[in-house]
Amino acid sequence: MGLVSRGAAAAGVGAASAVVRPGPPHAVPHPIPTPPPEGAALGSSRVPGMVLKAFFPTCCASADSGLLVGRWVPEQSSAVVLAVVHFPFIPLQVKELLAQVHQAGRVGLAVLGTWCHRRQEAEESLGHFLEGLGTIFSHEPWLQLCREQGSKLWSCKATRRQVPPCPGAPYEDQVMLVFYDQRKVLLSQLHPPAALPDCLAGDAAPSAGGLAAVFDTVARSEALFRSDRFDDGPVRLSHWQSDGVEASILAELAKRASGPVCVLLACLLSLVSAASACRLFKLWPLSFVWSKLSVCEQLRHRLEQLTLVFSTQKAENPTQLMRKANVLVSVLLDVALGLALLSWLRGKDRIGPLAEALVPVADHVAEELQHLLQWLMGAPAGLKMNRALDQVLGRFFLYHLHLWISYIHLMSPFIERILWHVGLSACLGLTVALSILSDIIALLTFHIYCFYVYGARLYCLKICGLSSLWRLFRGKKWNVLRQRVDSCSYDLDQLRLLVVAVQGLMHLLVDLINSLPLYSLGLRLCRPYRLAAGVKFRVLEHEAGRPLRLLMQINPLPYGRVVHTYRLPSCGCHPTHPWGSLCRKLFFGELIYPWRQRGDKQA
Amino acid sequence: MEDERSFSDICGGRLALQRRYYSPSCREFCLSCPRLSLRSLTAVTCTVWLAAYGLFTLCENSMILSAAIFITLLGLLGYLHFVKIDQETLLIIDSLGIQMTSSYASGKESTTFIEMGKVKDVVINEAIYMKVIYYLCILLKDPMEPHGISQVVPVFQVSTEQLSKVFSPKKICYLSPFSAFLLLLMFSRNVNSSCQDYLRTPDSYF
Repeated sequence: MGLVSRGAAAAGVGAASAVVRPGPPHAVPHPIPTPPPEGAALGSSRVPGMVLKAFFPTCCASADSGLLVGRWVPEQSSAVVLAVVHFPFIPLQVKELLAQVHQAGRVGLAVLGTWCHRRQEAEESLGHFLEGLGTIFSHEPWLQLCREQGSKLWSCKATRRQVPPCPGAPYEDQVMLVFYDQRKVLLSQLHPPAALPDCLAGDAAPSAGGLAAVFDTVARSEALFRSDRFDDGPVRLSHWQSDGVEASILAELAKRASGPVCVLLACLLSLVSAASACRLFKLWPLSFVWSKLSVCEQLRHRLEQLTLVFSTQKAENPTQLMRKANVLVSVLLDVALGLALLSWLRGKDRIGPLAEALVPVADHVAEELQHLLQWLMGAPAGLKMNRALDQVLGRFFLYHLHLWISYIHLMSPFIERILWHVGLSACLGLTVALSILSDIIALLTFHIYCFYVYGARLYCLKICGLSSLWRLFRGKKWNVLRQRVDSCSYDLDQLRLLVVAVQGLMHLLVDLINSLPLYSLGLRLCRPYRLAAGVKFRVLEHEAGRPLRLLMQINPLPYGRVVHTYRLPSCGCHPTHPWGSLCRKLFFGELIYPWRQRGDKQA
Repeated sequence: MEDERSFSDICGGRLALQRRYYSPSCREFCLSCPRLSLRSLTAVTCTVWLAAYGLFTLCENSMILSAAIFITLLGLLGYLHFVKIDQETLLIIDSLGIQMTSSYASGKESTTFIEMGKVKDVVINEAIYMKVIYYLCILLKDPMEPHGISQVVPVFQVSTEQLSKVFSPKKICYLSPFSAFLLLLMFSRNVNSSCQDYLRTPDSYF
């Protein structure tokens, strides 16, 4: 070909900036025979029997003719095209740009072939010229993609200059075109994340398996997409951002403001943590009370989360970033719900009637309990009981009740104030308000808890005695020991179950708000391509004799997996009673504690 | 090139198989399942509403009737969206992978793509469910163990007892010479009954 012979004859080294322009071969002044780039050596290996796959971005399908720039993955026999370099260009500058991107993203790019978008019918000279470019940028295999303007007919050719390793293997490979949306592939994140080795030494590209290599290549070549067509760079490229770099004023402002805000909040939070770690709070009665109240645990959990969010360290990987975002959104939602609750409480002055209703309700409950105890002290359901034990226990419980009622009546003027302050605490979040409510319920029903403890302990003793006797007298003697206080404890058990159920429901709500990854769910709803479970392919219009064209789309992660992957660690302070163990504890008389014991399994 | 044949499944419904040949390296198999029958829908609706009316005559609460209507509607929507599969498609692309798409009656499509690098082999398993049925499975490689299998993925959820006649061994995709040979052996009634057997005696096939 004319181009090659002239180039070999006039190998002038002085003319280093020969510009390559499209046109008939004799118009090119001094093409420089450059040494083959490093990419050629890597690209010479190939897997026999595999169809060559060319991943082509959909944004370049209407671009003008030029050079294809991207990465060749020999293990999968696939060429990932990242951009199209348009004429006129200087080969040296193209190579400099590729070297720059290689340094920035540690991904080895090369010129893969030529792209021809035919505007008119007769442009044969362009075709010949493009073929000649193969000598300047030699790459194995050399791709030649061609498209008629306005038609869906594409033609692809992949030629090899080297002698094939095995005879019978053709010089030309069969090519399959796979179109992909560059923006979505760049922004998306594959789950599970491919475990890529962090390559610190050399420029060897990380070998991610299969399609993860495509995602990885596009993500690492971000430096290539930074310039758009309005920049006066040496090389004119076409890619997803070439019509204008995407940016948002709000995002930029937020980024600038986040630095000082984070520093300020981190200081405040560290002050608060230092104050709470003060020695005064470690003294025995206070430390016991703090560890048992759920509101303290919730506040501590929130403090930890806020310290994580406002820490001045940048997130190292996408998982940490998602966790920070989830925590922030969850805290904001919590505070919003708390403020809504506060406004509702203040709205029609509901605290007053609520406080006034509390004392009569407590009185009513106490009266009912008294009737119950009187009934048990007599002959309940016609059963004959141990009179002495009955009287002792009955009177003991009646005195408890009397103490409690006096305590409630003492507190009654202060209840409205207390409720007002509880409502104020909703500013810190709905979860805090719910925790305080749960603690108040626990305190108000403390007498029931005391009765339950006495009854359960006695019942447990009885059961132990019975079981040992049963072992002795199995089938030989009628067991005359009867259970005296059991009916009392069954009724108390029902009350205790109710209290445990209400507390459990509240803790469930708190845990739900604490652990649900709202930001990830919102992202899955509004931008499903960001969280990818995999890819899916669609076969495009096909004609016999033409290469196969596929469209690659992102398959979003299902909602269940989103919640499972990004669930925040919950507080772990609330006792969770699975129903089975609850029933077992009731039957055998083991105590059901309202707080978490040391031996309990973490949720 | 397109090709259509019809079969019947183990419950007696009509199935249609469509085979499309896009290129030497791309094939598609599309299985259409029987549609929702009006008879069963009417039967279920009548049962639910009769039960609700019975409860209503006992309790004299009209909320029960509205609840029954809501339950029927929600149940039908849920069934169409999550359970009833209209069509299953298997797309095989040489040196890329295998894609399985299930289209539900409400229009939802759920797609799974398995890369070729992860496929160890394709086998036909037999299961005993009132009678012997055969179903096609894909064996996936285990990244930890080179000779192990991490997962067995059945290809079509709707199984047919005539599946061995559907996939003639010569026309299956070019996964590997090994798998074609194996399928040929299997069609001579030397069927694998479990993956454990396969793992224990792979050499008996050579």
